[in-house]
Amino acid sequence: MPLSESFFAARFALTEHDLEQYLSEALSAGGDYADLYFEYLSTSSLGMDEGIVKNATEGVTLGVGVRVIAGERTGYAYSDDLSPEKIRKAARVAACIAHGPASIVKTGFEEAPRHNLYPMLHAPNEMGLAERVELVKRADRAARAYDRRVFQVQAGYADSLRHVLVATSEGRLTFDRQPMARMSVTVLARQADGPPQEGHSGGGGRVMLDFFLNEKTPEYFAGEAARQAIVQLGAVAAPAGEMTVVLGPGWPGILLHEAVGHGLEADFNRKGVSAFAGRVGEKVASPLCTVIDDGTIGSRRGSLNVDDEGNVTQRNVLIENGVLRGYLQDKLSSRLMRAAPTGSGRRESYQQIPMPRMTNTYMLAGESDPEEIIRSVPKGIYCTTFGGGQVDITSGNFVFAASESYLIENGHLTRPVRGATLIGNGPEALKYVSMVGKDLKLDEGVGVCAKEGQHVPVGVGIPTLKIDRLTVGGTAA
Amino acid sequence: MTELEKIAASAVERALKGGAAGAECTISDGAEFEAGVRMREVESLKEAASRGAGIRVLAGQRSGSSYTSDFSRDGISKMVDAALELAKITSEDPYAGLPEECGRFDGDLKLYDDAVAALETPWKIAQAMAAEASALSADPRVTNSKGASFESHLGTRVFANSRDFAGSYRSSSCGLAAQPVASQNGSTERDYWYTSSRTAAGLESAELVGRKAAERAVRRLNPRKVATQRAPVIFEPRTARMLLGEIFDAVSGSSVYRHASFLTGKLGEKIASEILTVVDDGTLPGLFGSSPFDDEGVASRRTVVIERGVLKNYLLNTYTARKLGLHTTGNASRGLSGSAGVGPGNFYIEAGSETPEQIIAGLPRGLYVTELIGATANTVTGDYSSGAAGLWIENGELAYPVSEITIAGNLQQMMTELERAGSDLEFRASVASPTILVREMTISGH
Repeated sequence: MPLSESFFAARFALTEHDLEQYLSEALSAGGDYADLYFEYLSTSSLGMDEGIVKNATEGVTLGVGVRVIAGERTGYAYSDDLSPEKIRKAARVAACIAHGPASIVKTGFEEAPRHNLYPMLHAPNEMGLAERVELVKRADRAARAYDRRVFQVQAGYADSLRHVLVATSEGRLTFDRQPMARMSVTVLARQADGPPQEGHSGGGGRVMLDFFLNEKTPEYFAGEAARQAIVQLGAVAAPAGEMTVVLGPGWPGILLHEAVGHGLEADFNRKGVSAFAGRVGEKVASPLCTVIDDGTIGSRRGSLNVDDEGNVTQRNVLIENGVLRGYLQDKLSSRLMRAAPTGSGRRESYQQIPMPRMTNTYMLAGESDPEEIIRSVPKGIYCTTFGGGQVDITSGNFVFAASESYLIENGHLTRPVRGATLIGNGPEALKYVSMVGKDLKLDEGVGVCAKEGQHVPVGVGIPTLKIDRLTVGGTAA
Repeated sequence: MTELEKIAASAVERALKGGAAGAECTISDGAEFEAGVRMREVESLKEAASRGAGIRVLAGQRSGSSYTSDFSRDGISKMVDAALELAKITSEDPYAGLPEECGRFDGDLKLYDDAVAALETPWKIAQAMAAEASALSADPRVTNSKGASFESHLGTRVFANSRDFAGSYRSSSCGLAAQPVASQNGSTERDYWYTSSRTAAGLESAELVGRKAAERAVRRLNPRKVATQRAPVIFEPRTARMLLGEIFDAVSGSSVYRHASFLTGKLGEKIASEILTVVDDGTLPGLFGSSPFDDEGVASRRTVVIERGVLKNYLLNTYTARKLGLHTTGNASRGLSGSAGVGPGNFYIEAGSETPEQIIAGLPRGLYVTELIGATANTVTGDYSSGAAGLWIENGELAYPVSEITIAGNLQQMMTELERAGSDLEFRASVASPTILVREMTISGH
């Protein structure tokens, strides 16, 4: 697609000549590299609570970020006004990071390659509102119908459409149109006058509206949230101490995100502040573990046709049969580490400097039968649903919070237990993986990853996994 | 009226002309600066400004909201029209509406300091450089750095509604942080220290920020993992305020009216130890949680939430107050658009008389928590579990560092078992706490 046919040319009359001018301005005091990130983001959301549609919101934000790299230094400025004077002014501010004669901007742009992972004629937020309101109403009805103990339901739907354009001083030009949609359901249930318990579910991705009509329906998410709340009504205190932990398939893959993913982002390793720094080629996991970060899976929440620096996304092998293979790179780190780009440069918005980030992080399937994995455990815990997680990159200590778990006693799941945090050390924890199921599953599409204040959508996945030793933070000592 | 107040008022007026029974408009205009340094070199400089407007309209008792960053007449019109359109698809909500009484706190809240706007870039970079240099030279075991940064923000918040309220206030803030990395015998640990203030003169010195950050990183080296056990837990102010943030969610009207808080229906009851008094005060001069009015145009005030263990008040906005048959406490909070949620003013635990050293000295054994990671609090049940790091207390002294452990309990029980609140209350953010001691929690280790 030539620039003239792009969203930004049509709406803001942006030309190649304009882009060259802005980039020249950005490099007017020298520097090695400059880029422009144009963003136009429209969002809509609906919220249902107590059986009525209480909230409906729409909005638009737009702007451009200008970045200049000079050695290890980055200058950054942005404008929420796309008039040429304002963009040039932002470029001059970003230019202040360098001190020297102007650097030359390559004339003429070449359109860089990209995937086509979420082709759609109409993104969800280009469709009528009535259809989307029906989704939250259906979720509300289904959750209430699930069990008479359900007494509160919140159902939400949110979507967005982001148009981006990246132009670099190396003459690279890329466009993308990035749709996203997500449903969420929160349910409270109680037994007679006992204390309430909560269940939560949600999902989506870079999908069209019919995903919620045909694949994962409002009834599916509502049923899942209600089921979790009901399960919690019978839950006992979670155990405390080191024990065998079996993780169910899908969202429990947040283990990988926290235990190894963040620690393998190149910025932390370039600076030597990650527990994984300088350990490529070393054994950091059991040989059963192969961990991938893949931004190229169709329609997934963490996928991108191009990253936010205009590089094509790819399937990156992080750990292969237990051996550390590589890091996730952005433009700055790959330049400084003389490594190939991995399509991992991401940012929350035009107001932010890009950083190396994950996309969809998962472990390849193994050979074990999931039921056999549970049968092999005399005493332990089986976790199927998680809330969030966090990691201390430097020490490698990570946590992730189980919201639905069961005791395993003599190879059988016995009682559900209440929420508990699990803690381990990144370069050590995966060495204790002793069985990997053949049931790889990716999560439903709700993940949000936060790093240095920037939030981006991500995905995770694992097959059923047995970890011989991990610390479980319950109260039943 | 200021220019921005006029824009907000005109958006409200346009909504009324378009058939709305009521409308409220928020505008936020801000400028940010950040300088990052690492290993004695400038790493990044960022400087920019942006603004946005949001509107919520009420068509009868149906509401619709929208926002935009386009301040042209056409952009504002489109925003209003979108909200009016959205109000057609929402439901009648008998509790929806604007506040009965709008107003503003009269005194000077000292939210804005011209000196912050006047700070020059080279000086700001020099502060970050000095903080990092101080950390790097504080101890030979400080071998690396995640960097240091200086940030400043200037902003204007504007609110207008169809009850004839139009107001705005400016605010400023600046902050300096350092994140050194220490290593010894194969152990590598990081920590940080920061200072922030609404005034340029209110910052701690760069030397102190760096030195404290370094001391904190160094004392974490070569940590042990303790055995799983039940033991007393002391939270230093930095971790105590995170715990208090979880209690905020439980006293927030949004959780209470949905029965999603373990404190629902407990007004007037004794829910905590007599040591615990919790106050929310949006009118303390110069603090981060202060403002003349909340995000619905209701005057900020002081509300006693828990008094000597008795739950006195929930924190409410107009909507949650109506749902509960109570009055708003001026705690409405929102971004730019949508219905207001509930947010803190300055939400804090009242200081006690003992110093942190005295509290530590009183324990034969226990855990002193300096970091919480991945904390999960279930507001519905009060269940609490978090990753933790800190120092083990033996015979009233900080004996050795511990990490890769968790602490768990239930917020209801933890409040009942709160045994000490220290004298060291400081307002580094809108939620603040002195050092606190909880009689017993489950510590999970090996």
